[in-house]
Amino acid sequence: MSTENRAAYWRANLKVLSVLIVIWFAVSYGAGILFVDALDTIKIGGFPLGFWFAQQGSIYTFVVLIFVYVWQMNKLDKQFDVHED
Amino acid sequence: MDTQTLTYLFVGATFALYIGIAIWSRAGSTKEYYVASGGVHPIANGMATGADWMSAASFISMAGIISFVGRDGAVYLMGWTGGYVLLAMCLAPYLRKFGKFTVPDFVGERYYSQTARLVAVICVIFISFTYVAGQMRGVGIVFSRYLEVDINLGVLIGMAIVFFYAVLGGMKGITYTQVAQYCVMIVAYMIPAIFISIMVTGNPIPQLGFGGEITGTDTSLLDKLNQLSVELGFAEYTSGTKSTVDMFAITLALMVGTAGLPHVIVRFFTVPKVSDARLSAGYALLFIAILYTTAPAVASFARYNLINTVSNSEYQQLPEWFANWEKAGLLAWQDKNQDGRIQYLAGAPFAGAPTFAAETTGTSGERVVTNEPSGNGNELYVDRDIMVLANPEIAGLPGWVVALIAAGGLAAALSTAAGLLLVISTSISHDLLKSNLMPDISEKQELLAARVAAAVAIGVAGYFGINPPGFVAQVVAFAFGLAAASFFPAIIMGIFYKRMNKEGAIAGMLTGLIFTFSYIVYFKFINPTATADNWWFGISPEGIGSLGMVLNFVVSYVVAQVTAEPPEKIQHLVEDIRVPRGATGPAAAH
Repeated sequence: MSTENRAAYWRANLKVLSVLIVIWFAVSYGAGILFVDALDTIKIGGFPLGFWFAQQGSIYTFVVLIFVYVWQMNKLDKQFDVHED
Repeated sequence: MDTQTLTYLFVGATFALYIGIAIWSRAGSTKEYYVASGGVHPIANGMATGADWMSAASFISMAGIISFVGRDGAVYLMGWTGGYVLLAMCLAPYLRKFGKFTVPDFVGERYYSQTARLVAVICVIFISFTYVAGQMRGVGIVFSRYLEVDINLGVLIGMAIVFFYAVLGGMKGITYTQVAQYCVMIVAYMIPAIFISIMVTGNPIPQLGFGGEITGTDTSLLDKLNQLSVELGFAEYTSGTKSTVDMFAITLALMVGTAGLPHVIVRFFTVPKVSDARLSAGYALLFIAILYTTAPAVASFARYNLINTVSNSEYQQLPEWFANWEKAGLLAWQDKNQDGRIQYLAGAPFAGAPTFAAETTGTSGERVVTNEPSGNGNELYVDRDIMVLANPEIAGLPGWVVALIAAGGLAAALSTAAGLLLVISTSISHDLLKSNLMPDISEKQELLAARVAAAVAIGVAGYFGINPPGFVAQVVAFAFGLAAASFFPAIIMGIFYKRMNKEGAIAGMLTGLIFTFSYIVYFKFINPTATADNWWFGISPEGIGSLGMVLNFVVSYVVAQVTAEPPEKIQHLVEDIRVPRGATGPAAAH
């Protein structure tokens, strides 16, 4: 496999990674900690929104993020022809 | 059948299952012993990781802690799940591609240095031992509460079971036992949670009932809980008391620590492919999330039930479970104003755990507490573990559910203990003996060394379980803080920064370690009376690992700039682990 191909694959990987990490940071540290009090003024059902992110929403988002990552990376692996068998 | 008999039956049946699996999955080679031959299905590995990760503390204590701290409990919920995102995206696939047995293997080879490997081995052993002592104690406690055997005997029984399947089966035995243990613990956790949710809110899904309205009213559970908390002098349930900076630091230290814990990382060496490592991190978090999103719901239901049942109630009118748990010493009531009613208010009723006067009962029939009462009006002592343990009785569930909780608690403690013991034994036989001190030993001898090391480690862990050092609760902060401050940056830079060299990595790891260790030792042991005002930047010892991590990154980077770049061979290695194709089983390198 060519060095350029490897480098391009790695750049594409980092792009996927940085988008997902930004979301990861935003839901947990952002919504769940830094802006929790502001979000708490909004109510969703019986939940203050910030509280919901801190105790429920961030965890759901984490699970979704990993599966999106798996899906995106499998696509990249094929696209750059670096997938396993 | 009475609950006691059912409990013996359930616990006996699950133990027989674990032993059966151990015999079926005996390990014959080091590859089987260390990484289950790298042939575990991603879903099975996900379940095993879930059981490995969720300890007695997650199962028994977490909901109770959240129950009493409200929103601040989110540090554990986010901290102990968010790390899996980092694991899945920044560590697991690359370490799987690297294709060796242990974390020190990676550190030693990537940084072409036996010193780096040795630093890593010491960290692994220290982190794992601090963690495992608490697990053995947990096994003993579950035994003593449910089976009425002595705590020490409980620890010995737990040691015998773990000895059997860890020493015999190695990673292969542990993996399949953990799959079974995950199933036992999740069923045991969910059944009472679902019934409590129906009881309080009418919704069978705890995660939704959590935000629902209390049955028969149009007030939401959380609003009601806020109102009750404020009336009784507690902080509002949905607002926090910790400072934002400390919340941030603790959550970060726990997340990064999770991603750096060796017994979690090593689970991703057991799947066949790089893509399986990513996928199995997803399954692991999914399986963990089932419990972790239920726990805060259980916390709120239990808290509401507790206040509703006991606050201002006559002692003699209380349901039977109160007396049961009073007998176990997890609840205690000191009728300070002699009105026969329970005043449950903010503040400790007395200092420390209750001591009871033998055989005498108070005017209402309660166990007499001999502790010196504190100045406030609170009369009720509640052990936080009760929030999970007493749930089946509070919800009026039959005896077999109580038996299930006992089996679940044991599954949680045993699975985590086994995973940790395996990591300890591997780092001794593989990293210390084979890779360092005695490179000439045969595979058979290495396997024997691994088994002997596991047996010795179980003995040591059991000793700490029977004679728990007074600081067990405090040293948990160590495990996460040290993992965050040592491994995490070294591994991340090993993968993402090709220019990182051994000088940088070693300097960084040592800086992170020494800084974090000193800070925790200072505030926990040398000067335990120091208050939040003395903390650096307002960061508590629990959260200091995050600062240690930042220091590690900075020092590594700076040192790497002024020293020689790593050899060509290493730069190729880094390029190679970044690409999935060509992943081999660990045996190829052996």
